[in-house]
Amino acid sequence: MKSARYFGALTAITLLASACGSDSKSSGGDALTSIGTGEKALNLIVWAGYAEDGTTDPAYNWVKPFQDQSGCVVKSKIAATSDEMFQLMSTGQYDGVSASGDSSVRLIDAGLVSPVNTSLIKNYADLSSFLKDTKYNSSGGKNYGIPHGWGANYLMWNTDEVTTPPDSWNAVFDPASPYSGKVTAYDAPIYIADAALYLKTAQPDLGIDDPYSLNQKQFDASVALLKEQHKVIGEYWNDYTKTMGAFEQGSTVIGTTWQVIKNLASNTDKLQTVIPKEGSTGWSDTWMVSSKAAHPNCMYMWMDYITSPGVQAQVAYYFGEAPANPKACAEINTLYADATHCDVFKATDEAFAKSISFWATPRKECLNGKGSDCVPFVDWIKAWTEIKG
Amino acid sequence: MTATTLPSSPGRSASRWLHRHPRARLVSLIGAPAAWMLVLYVGSLASLFLTSLYRLNEDGSGIDQVIGVQNYRTLIDKSVYLDIAARTIKIAVLVTLLDIVLALPIAFFIAKVVKARWRRLLVAAVLVPLWASYLVKAFSWRAIIGSPGGVLDKTFGFSPNYGEVGLIIVLAYLWLPYMIVPIYSGLERLPDSLLDASSDLGAHFGFTFRKVVLPLLFPSIVAGSVFTFSLSLGDYIAVDLVGGKTQVIGSVVYDNFSADLPFAAAFAVVPVIVMVAYILGIRRTGALENL
Repeated sequence: MKSARYFGALTAITLLASACGSDSKSSGGDALTSIGTGEKALNLIVWAGYAEDGTTDPAYNWVKPFQDQSGCVVKSKIAATSDEMFQLMSTGQYDGVSASGDSSVRLIDAGLVSPVNTSLIKNYADLSSFLKDTKYNSSGGKNYGIPHGWGANYLMWNTDEVTTPPDSWNAVFDPASPYSGKVTAYDAPIYIADAALYLKTAQPDLGIDDPYSLNQKQFDASVALLKEQHKVIGEYWNDYTKTMGAFEQGSTVIGTTWQVIKNLASNTDKLQTVIPKEGSTGWSDTWMVSSKAAHPNCMYMWMDYITSPGVQAQVAYYFGEAPANPKACAEINTLYADATHCDVFKATDEAFAKSISFWATPRKECLNGKGSDCVPFVDWIKAWTEIKG
Repeated sequence: MTATTLPSSPGRSASRWLHRHPRARLVSLIGAPAAWMLVLYVGSLASLFLTSLYRLNEDGSGIDQVIGVQNYRTLIDKSVYLDIAARTIKIAVLVTLLDIVLALPIAFFIAKVVKARWRRLLVAAVLVPLWASYLVKAFSWRAIIGSPGGVLDKTFGFSPNYGEVGLIIVLAYLWLPYMIVPIYSGLERLPDSLLDASSDLGAHFGFTFRKVVLPLLFPSIVAGSVFTFSLSLGDYIAVDLVGGKTQVIGSVVYDNFSADLPFAAAFAVVPVIVMVAYILGIRRTGALENL
């Protein structure tokens, strides 16, 4: 009798706990038709360095001017990974997010973000056209966000150790690599696309078209390649300071990287980056509005502010990325006397941007529109665990 | 001056009422902490277990609240998850053993060898690393064991580098105070006269240690091992920083929790089961009664 009572209490608690968790699938709602009065507050989920308020470095503060002109007090939450961003967005407590492609499609599909009325963003017209209406920021003919900035995943090596400059991703996928134990790779399921991109050229008979739209056979081949690669990997990275340290110290000599890592490394003159002949994957970040946003007007004001040339210049220079707004290039020169930033990051090079396969969340309904038997992202995550063993 | 002159206040009448109702007294005393314990502790565990029985819907965008054991089947069917679970337990066991070996002489030295006035200082010194952030310590170990180029490598020309060995060393360092403190307090309670008696009867130090000290210390060692074992079992941040490409249960849970919460919950149940089995095993030895 006594135990039955305890069991009853336990069941009640469990039901209570599960009732609190929301799992309803909502549609993304409607886009704003006009920007009204600001709600005096704005809660953002951002990558580190996207909403600087002077606390990291007093020289970089674009949040305060925004607060002064809009009256929206910004609270920003830094997320370390795309998964964390997705998780935070699903709480519904935030107004917007600077999502990368490996979470943006998931956010759209889960109904966590609303369509964005781009005509309300004055600076939208100035943004690089190759960043608009892409598969990672629009769906069903609707726009779900404003482009922010982008970058490629380069192949980097230490010229002291790797004396023959590699020109192919084969350098990191060769199981007989002479740099065994000193190879690095990006630690996220989305990295499977890097293997698929390599196989697109290396094994044309697989018929890979888009590295984010893989059928089971193509997917299995990519996973098998990565399992081979695992043998030569020293460590995987997803924190850029971690891989930078490893390249500086010499425990890593070759692997995937971002341009900013090469630029900031203390031994930058010993490091070389290249886009190998197979092309490259990359990331393009998008400001998205939560479908449960409590302060949508402030979020629109923020999206317009962050894409203005002057602010884009500060973010792109501070973070080390190509600004979505090419007008920022001249501003970077004015603000920081750096005329080469946009050239280094190839910000206005449309052909370069087109050659990059930007991260996008894979799903069953193929992103490239060719069928509905693509391997969904959940399986990518499971496979990533198996690859690492 | 009579008792009737005492003023009657609401507080007084409440205390009178409580005096006459012992049950209400009990509820008001432990009601809040018991509810806290039940809702936050038992409730979260129950919710974890329940979630582990759910499944992801077809397109992976939400959770279907249908009860089933498919997540556990995946864990058993795919050898990779068993490998990871076994590796995690192995690491936790090795970290615990290493900590016992390191903590015994240190604790013995502090409790029985040094003069009393140094004792407090040394105990404080053992505890000082706990004031520093766990992350800071894990990151410094990154700089120490990296190879080539790390501190160890530069000084001795050899270093374990990032990987399982490095990870075990770092975890053993991180949790060492949790092993030293219980062993130290166990030794403090051990009367010196027992050691004297043993040596008077002709036992050398090793014999005394094995036959007198160790049996009396066993409950303390067990208490310490519950800390080091469970902390190692749940860690995934140090694993990421110094474990190289090592995967443990925590890293798989972390990788899956946003995309496939039910599966992550199912794998998170594994360390709970291991811990329960561990504690039940300890209970059989009777160590818990002697704590």
